[in-house]
Amino acid sequence: MIAVEHLRKTFDKGRVVAVDDVTFEARDGEITGLLGPNGAGKTTTLRMLYTLLRPDAGSIRIDNVDPTDQPLAIKRRIGVVPDSRGLYDRLTARENIAYYGRLHGLARADIRARIDELAGVLDMGEFIERKTDGFSQGQRVKVAIARALIHRPRTVLLDEPTNGLDVMTTRALREFLRGLKAAGHCVVLSTHIMQEVAALCDRIVIIAAGRIAADGTADQLRARSGCDELEDAFVKLIGSDEGLLA
Amino acid sequence: MIQVLFKEILDNFRDRRVVISTLIISPLLGPLLFGGMMTFMSKQVTERMESVLELPVVGRENAPNLVGWLERQGVVIKAPPADPEQAIRDETEEVVLRIPADFGEHWTTGRPAPVEIIADRSLRYTGTTISRVQRYLTGYSQTIGQIRLMMRGVDPQLMRPIDTQVVDLSTPTSRGGEILAFLPYFILLTLFAASMHMAIDTTAGERERKSLEPLLINPVPRWQIMTGKLLATSFFALASLALSLVAFVYAMKMLPTAMMDVKLNLDFAVAARAFIIVAPAALLAAAMLIILASFAKSFREAQSYVGMIILVPMIPSLWLMVDPTKAEYWMTWVPLLNQNIMITELVRGNAPDLLWYITSIGATLVVSLLLGLVAAGLYNRPKLIFTGG
Repeated sequence: MIAVEHLRKTFDKGRVVAVDDVTFEARDGEITGLLGPNGAGKTTTLRMLYTLLRPDAGSIRIDNVDPTDQPLAIKRRIGVVPDSRGLYDRLTARENIAYYGRLHGLARADIRARIDELAGVLDMGEFIERKTDGFSQGQRVKVAIARALIHRPRTVLLDEPTNGLDVMTTRALREFLRGLKAAGHCVVLSTHIMQEVAALCDRIVIIAAGRIAADGTADQLRARSGCDELEDAFVKLIGSDEGLLA
Repeated sequence: MIQVLFKEILDNFRDRRVVISTLIISPLLGPLLFGGMMTFMSKQVTERMESVLELPVVGRENAPNLVGWLERQGVVIKAPPADPEQAIRDETEEVVLRIPADFGEHWTTGRPAPVEIIADRSLRYTGTTISRVQRYLTGYSQTIGQIRLMMRGVDPQLMRPIDTQVVDLSTPTSRGGEILAFLPYFILLTLFAASMHMAIDTTAGERERKSLEPLLINPVPRWQIMTGKLLATSFFALASLALSLVAFVYAMKMLPTAMMDVKLNLDFAVAARAFIIVAPAALLAAAMLIILASFAKSFREAQSYVGMIILVPMIPSLWLMVDPTKAEYWMTWVPLLNQNIMITELVRGNAPDLLWYITSIGATLVVSLLLGLVAAGLYNRPKLIFTGG
């Protein structure tokens, strides 16, 4: 469960306002989508959630823990698939994932069992023992997800998870995220693709130019904008169609 | 921290380029380069000293006695080139001896008779030949001078009011130390060269392959991640250092030391002490390189920064080469300089006392730790984490 209130972040000594007065909630057992055009502040918001950036103002609570006060405690609770998904090319997929397991302080046997489990769910059996050099985008994302979930985090944050994936992999990934939701996890993903939130998310938080433009379920958003199509609703709510379909 | 250390070591051991460059090329480069250079130089010198001196003489008819004496000394007199000066400039001849036409006239009237050695001193390879010719001429001059004095009933000893003798207390070992003066430089260079790839790979490389951001989301304090990288880099540097010293011990054994009348004091016991002296500098090199490489966004960019740092271990070595001063205690407080003087003392056969060891190692460690702290703090800057963000 994530509760964000009046979050603000500026760069370049306050000259660039990346995130301004962002307030939203993401519940356990739901998938929350941060939807917005490129450069809207989605990644910056997520980086504050996973403690790599400090907010200028506002508050964050993840399971009632404040990331700015206790970054290490938060890092133990969340699993993150950030925008950068670099793997170590000279290590196998299993070694890449196991490294993160060890950094989390997990026991060797535990790591092995958990990787086998994740390899099953994410369908990685074919390449789990191979060096990641030359992996396809889809394979890389799977490894990045597996290493983010090695410690069974309750909250999962994903930054543009379907970027660069083909249709089949995207479908498999959605299925996997629904599985997390069913298991009671709190899942937050950011995306600029409208179909993605429509297909996947229980709650949609629309961010434009660093601010919350609208917030609610798909039905609520349609009702509020008076449009039948979610896409029309979306365009109307953020006030322009710039960058949306990029 | 340990996990980071193990992972970086495993990761880099998988990279054939790293293994070849840090564990094979850089440890072998110094010994091979130096061993080869020394063998070649000593051979060249002996060859030049022992080879037959072929001397073109202009105007040999002006001084047949002198030329005859030279021939009896084993010098082969050659026909002179048409234009001696040009021949020297063209480097077709090293040295030409010219006996002017008025040689005989001076000689018979008892005035110093002129001879000219035509050569170009700026050509270094001619040095040995010039001094050989000079030695022959001086020898002849002295012999004739003594005969002239004796013929007039004067004791030639009167021409030598002073008899200077050098009592050389140098031992073969200390003379060997002179030769081994280059050793600290090569050792420190190995250390820096070996750390280089690893320092870049674990910092700028991590940013380039976009694995730094996910790494820092793990619940490990950033200073520990940095320390792991620092230790992994030092580990490779130390491995390279150890291999290099072993290679040096073997390379020095192969040198023709007896011929050079020196003894090289570099056995495994000395090498082990040198390792202890230099080991803290591994951390120093790793910290310096990591700090620099952390600011680079890509491998290539980091390489260009780090190339400069390679010059740092040269500074004390060059200083000692240009201005060879006596080793003094205060020098042990200066990192890199202290390794230089400690090793130099060691190979000269003067075992430095314990206090020197303590300050040398201590001072280097303190500076390394300070740099390590700086490095550990670097990952608290958002600018150094996000690539292009």
